Amino acid sequence: MDFKVRMIQNFPKLGAVQDNFILHKKQIEKAIKDRIDLIIFPELSLTGYMLKDMVPVAAVHKEHSIITELQKLSKKISILIGLVEESNSVIFYNAAFYFEDGKLHFIHRKVYLPTYGMFEEERYFGAGNKIRAFETKFGRFGIAICEDALHPSFAYTLSQDRIKYLFVLASSPASGLSGKEGSFKTIDTWESLIRTYSMLFSIYTIYVNRSGVEDGISFLGGSQVVAPSGEVIKKLPYLETSEGDAILEEDKIRGARMYTPLLRDEKLGLTIKELKRIYDEDR
Amino acid sequence: MTKIDKLDLDKVLKLITNFIKYEIKKTGYKKVVLGLSGGLDSSTVAYLSVKALGNKNVIGFIMPYKTSSPDSKKHALVIAKKLKIKVFEVPITEMVDAYLSKFKNNISQVRQGNIMARQRMIVLYDKSEEFKGLVIGTGNKTEFLLGYTTLWGDSASALVPLGDLYKTQVRILARYIGVPEEIILKKPSADLWKGQTDEEDLGFTYADVDKLLYYMVDERYPVLQLQKLGYKKSFIDKVFKIIQRTQFKRKLPIIAKISARTIDHDFRYPRDWGL
Repeated sequence: MDFKVRMIQNFPKLGAVQDNFILHKKQIEKAIKDRIDLIIFPELSLTGYMLKDMVPVAAVHKEHSIITELQKLSKKISILIGLVEESNSVIFYNAAFYFEDGKLHFIHRKVYLPTYGMFEEERYFGAGNKIRAFETKFGRFGIAICEDALHPSFAYTLSQDRIKYLFVLASSPASGLSGKEGSFKTIDTWESLIRTYSMLFSIYTIYVNRSGVEDGISFLGGSQVVAPSGEVIKKLPYLETSEGDAILEEDKIRGARMYTPLLRDEKLGLTIKELKRIYDEDR
Repeated sequence: MTKIDKLDLDKVLKLITNFIKYEIKKTGYKKVVLGLSGGLDSSTVAYLSVKALGNKNVIGFIMPYKTSSPDSKKHALVIAKKLKIKVFEVPITEMVDAYLSKFKNNISQVRQGNIMARQRMIVLYDKSEEFKGLVIGTGNKTEFLLGYTTLWGDSASALVPLGDLYKTQVRILARYIGVPEEIILKKPSADLWKGQTDEEDLGFTYADVDKLLYYMVDERYPVLQLQKLGYKKSFIDKVFKIIQRTQFKRKLPIIAKISARTIDHDFRYPRDWGL
């Protein structure tokens, strides 16, 4: 089925979860009025990125009133949102929650926590240990949170788990001027990456990156939807707060897979065999 | 091709103006105050601040000492006029001389320069309170890495829009946003004593050192790779030692850890905490 998504390229207040939720709620209510099927927020959009010691305070448990409210709102619209999850065993995860038909339908916990350069996620978060596709009323989804998508094995696994739509929620900063025409290197990385995934896996890639500034770090924005053909069908501006809609057409996936049956021809068994050999050799 | 010269100016400009706008707004302030020396860095910061906040929210201060070059004031006024910003002249001669006169022995040129830079800091922080504007710094990456600043003097500020651009890059950005050519082409000088120039103080040119710094710091080239670019080992060593020796200028004072939660070590919050 075809469905309409809205990408929210927002600028959360750092650590102010309630304030942020009020804004999220307004945006969700507006999207309901605009007859959007699925609204997508970036990584940690409910909390802001550079939380450091604020992580436990900004975290929400599944029973939190905000989660209850999001469940209610999801009776009229599906919601994909980035937040800090506090688990029953008091581990804090950088997570994405997907709500559908009044329920918290799926949780993805970020697997790859960057801890290098300006990043120190492993210091503050527990790492997820699942890479799973899941069924929704729109089709089969997969979620990657920022750095997850920089590991091709992650996207490959989701592809083999038969996703049709890959959602990448990000808080990616502007960093390094060694990109094309002296632009930010991180722009090149994301643009080439999501285009490649769309084309090689014949999927829609919906990349939603935040904007704004925290402690001098500017987040890039530049959210976009890339069709299975590799065509960018919607792109939001770089370095500013924005939102934008796109219609995802299931037929486009069918068309791409008919034309280039890469998924059909993929030799999963061979890949597993060779990976196992490499793994057993204990490199 | 040296990458340092290649900037996507449109995006860099957008990033910096947003940085100024939002980092000021978050704190509840609307204005900035800055020292206008008539030089490249402060002129560029004035342009960027006006772009980010509007001319009514940028207040410039010209703070000459009796030995300051008349050109400094002239160029600062040119900038203020072009940008239509409020500008005040607060000469620091009496303040500085009052201090200097307390000491009979000769105070070295470096000490005198530091006293002037810190006196200007006192003026700016006082005006910050008077005008309810944050002090916006005018330092660049070259200066910071080489420690070519006076600690708690010109290095003191609330935010530094050009702190991640080398002098060479600041010049490119300045030209792009329309800073007058006579200011761009002027020999960079701290103007702390007559005839002083940055490049004479440093012992090398910005053009040379900026490229080296870019490959050394940004690209993390090892020494052998830097030598392949044509830099002499002695120059590489010299610059590296300067960076290492001046690290303290880029850090807050260190605290003796005693408790389980020591500021910075275990008490870790961003400055934009809750903002």
